[in-house]
Amino acid sequence: MSSSQIIEQIENAQIKENTPQFSVGDTVVVSTAIIEGKKRRIQKFEGTVVKKTGKRVRESFTVRRVIDKIGVEKTFLLHSPLVEDVSIVKRGVARRARLNYLRGRVGAKANRMKTKETKVKTS
Amino acid sequence: MKKFFIGKKIGMTQLVDEEGVVTPVTVLSADPCLVVDTQEAKDGMVTVVLGVGSVNHKRLNRCGTGFFKKKGIEPRAYLKGFRTELASGFSVGQEVGADVFAPADLVSVRSKTIGRGFTGTIKRHNFSRGPMAHGSKSHRIPGSIGAGTTPGRVFKGLRMAGHYGDEFVTVKNLRVVRVDLEGKLIFLAGAVPGKNGYVEIFS
Repeated sequence: MSSSQIIEQIENAQIKENTPQFSVGDTVVVSTAIIEGKKRRIQKFEGTVVKKTGKRVRESFTVRRVIDKIGVEKTFLLHSPLVEDVSIVKRGVARRARLNYLRGRVGAKANRMKTKETKVKTS
Repeated sequence: MKKFFIGKKIGMTQLVDEEGVVTPVTVLSADPCLVVDTQEAKDGMVTVVLGVGSVNHKRLNRCGTGFFKKKGIEPRAYLKGFRTELASGFSVGQEVGADVFAPADLVSVRSKTIGRGFTGTIKRHNFSRGPMAHGSKSHRIPGSIGAGTTPGRVFKGLRMAGHYGDEFVTVKNLRVVRVDLEGKLIFLAGAVPGKNGYVEIFS
């Protein structure tokens, strides 16, 4: 077995089963576990997926949302045990892999992505 | 007791534990090493020569073929002697496995860094660069290398451009994260110098 195959095997052994299929542009709610001492509670973060990167256990994604006129981006490791759930709220239409142009947006436009339905209506 | 082993760097990845802590690790393949030779010293120490890998006979010179013939051992690709106490009782032909290390051990790793060829002072000695514009021509030059008539020479050991890399470097205090005896793998936290290849691990 070649070196890269061994590395791939190690990385595949760590991935979670049944991770949700979502892509850049989708609006998702990410539930992460927060451990405070012995207590474990769930924190949710909703926003647009602006970036997906990495493969196998290294796969991570970034979610963006404008809160109180301040842009907040959080990056999650998809296969981390702390990321309990990623549920899809809306399927978005993204024409590029990285939605960095959202960073320049202000106001109502900043949190809104074109959805699949709206695209059907306009055409 | 001193622990030592010769591993083979395979590459890097990351391990995620139950608490979500990500550890960057270097994966080393850990096929058992063979004790090829023991050389006793007068001070009660012994040099245990470990060998790993296989090598074509044609690749060896007479000195090498003679050595392995005398020992009655198939030629090994990589040899390294480690000094240890005589009482630790190593004998020729004995196998040393990855089980000498346990998780949480701190080890040193010695290996050859990536060769960078003839390199300027900025990359080699972390010199500063000059301005790139506004009429400046001193972009990446090393600058002054000394005073004038006194002393009238350049001091020895002055840092200059030259060959960089392709030299042995030891990294200390790397933590053993996991030892996989079945898969013959050792996981070390952090980076190990050089390209994929043989590395010496000891503590």
